[in-house]
Amino acid sequence: MSLAEKYPEEVKQILSKYPPEHKRSAVMPLLYLAQREEGYLTRAAMQDVAQIVDITATEVAALVGFYTLYHDQKGGKYRMQVCTDLPCALRGADEFMNNLCQNLGIKVGETTEDGFLTLEAVTCLAACDKAPMFQTQGPDGIKYHENMTVDRTLELINTLKKSGREVA
Amino acid sequence: MMEHIVLRHREIPDLNTVDVYKKNGGFEAFKNAVTKMTAAQIIDVVKNSGLRGRGGAGFPTGTKWSFIDNKSWPHYVVANADESEPGTFKDREIMESNPFQFLEGLAIGCYAVGANVGYIYLRGEFWEIASLLDQKIAEMEKEGILGDKLFGGEYSLRLYTHLGAGAYICGEESAMLESLEGKRGQPRVRPPFPPSVGLYGKPTIINNVETFTNVPMILSKGADWYKSIGTADSAGVKIFSLSGRVRKPGNYELPFGTTFRELIYTHGGGVQDSRPVKAIMAAGASSSLILVNNDDKVLDTKMDYATVRTLGADLGSASVIIIDDTVSMDWLVNKTVHFFRHESCGKCTPCREGTYWMSTITERIREGHAKPGDVDLLLNVAKQMQGKCLCALGEFSTMAVVSGIERFPEDFRRATQPSPLPVMEGSKVR
Repeated sequence: MSLAEKYPEEVKQILSKYPPEHKRSAVMPLLYLAQREEGYLTRAAMQDVAQIVDITATEVAALVGFYTLYHDQKGGKYRMQVCTDLPCALRGADEFMNNLCQNLGIKVGETTEDGFLTLEAVTCLAACDKAPMFQTQGPDGIKYHENMTVDRTLELINTLKKSGREVA
Repeated sequence: MMEHIVLRHREIPDLNTVDVYKKNGGFEAFKNAVTKMTAAQIIDVVKNSGLRGRGGAGFPTGTKWSFIDNKSWPHYVVANADESEPGTFKDREIMESNPFQFLEGLAIGCYAVGANVGYIYLRGEFWEIASLLDQKIAEMEKEGILGDKLFGGEYSLRLYTHLGAGAYICGEESAMLESLEGKRGQPRVRPPFPPSVGLYGKPTIINNVETFTNVPMILSKGADWYKSIGTADSAGVKIFSLSGRVRKPGNYELPFGTTFRELIYTHGGGVQDSRPVKAIMAAGASSSLILVNNDDKVLDTKMDYATVRTLGADLGSASVIIIDDTVSMDWLVNKTVHFFRHESCGKCTPCREGTYWMSTITERIREGHAKPGDVDLLLNVAKQMQGKCLCALGEFSTMAVVSGIERFPEDFRRATQPSPLPVMEGSKVR
């Protein structure tokens, strides 16, 4: 089923934001929509999006490669993106990341064996006063988790696994 | 302490609800503008207030608005909510807690330049804020503040949110326009500037969230009132995002001209473990490092655009990162260079290659594999990049490198010594 068939209302609503002669502007929100279920973008999904906004699949792939929140590889159900940039690092983000890796038994960039979580190091998320912090990117969008400890992070992962849904 | 002008939610609970916002004078400035003022009158008030752009460049806002090309239509306004400079987290608080004042300021800006459509370009990570703003926009439409033929007149206005997807460069205005057009966020060659050729090739005004949020109060209370706050060079208030090694990091809205000392010690609670301030980055990761070493003269410097420049640095978006004496500058520079290497859009060769090489060299220094002459090489690469890139990113990436090596040579000498010298605490953090 194509994206337009699957989410007719959403696609229409996204397109309505931009002048009809500039529907290419809708490509980024459409990519988020296409990524919602699987957590990454397949070739077919990119082709779909390309068709809606009338550009080539190659142009869409170039966007997916350029912007970090789009993924062309399958990752964990949730991506845990820890900020290790300067302001967070001055407040212990690197140690937090190291401890988290040890506890999860994976390295940065790897996915847990059960396929639930991919751990990533990212640049500034505009939460410098609340480090250590990370965002989770998953089926329910992107959420911030601030002033975190390793214990609370492990707790969060457990809650996510149990509920199947993220809690605030 | 004076009452807040931008972060008014700190005094007024529930200011993010329509009722409370209206009870506190909300939407009056916009209604008054649309029903009683001409575009030229509004631009004059904003000009006379001395308001300067809060995104980092400090360009006079009213002047920018007056540049809009009235020979070409339609016009657009884009609010820059891409907030991605390491050390900046002010626009988030505004949009989360005082969203209507921001949206009202944006609406006034749209009316002043004759735009019927305004976009809010948010960084992709602000997913939750975007849906919050969508709700608030819907509420304003319900109240008749946004929509067609507003207040019984001819003016119509629609506001839309647009999410980016993780790219610092999209905070640069021409890259933001490219991204909004559905392309990779790579800066355009300028001139022409956006007020003549912007979104979809049409005249476009782009301002930061904080800039717009000042506007309703300026229209309500007048240009003279606003100008009486701050300094002659920089009028009004600024939100200082304070981070790094301070006890109470956070956003502090203070008049321009407040000293670094007051920000760090009165508001920020002083440095962690009462250590001395070694350096300050006033404009986030894009800053030149201000050499402090607890020098009273530096700590007593007033924070406005002109005065910070006398320290060989810029105030930028006022993302003030405090660095204490446990931090070694070779570690710090490695962090900032890594950031810019990741965020370089790849369009200009000096930036794409330069950030790669600076990152490779600083990595080598950090890992204790420095080759003789590596510090000179690093400085050389940085200086070769300066003045050779289309946008400011390439330039910004060299700021901490050049100022770090020139102002803290001892840190780099120590880091490149082959013998086992004492390792500073900050440098152990990886």
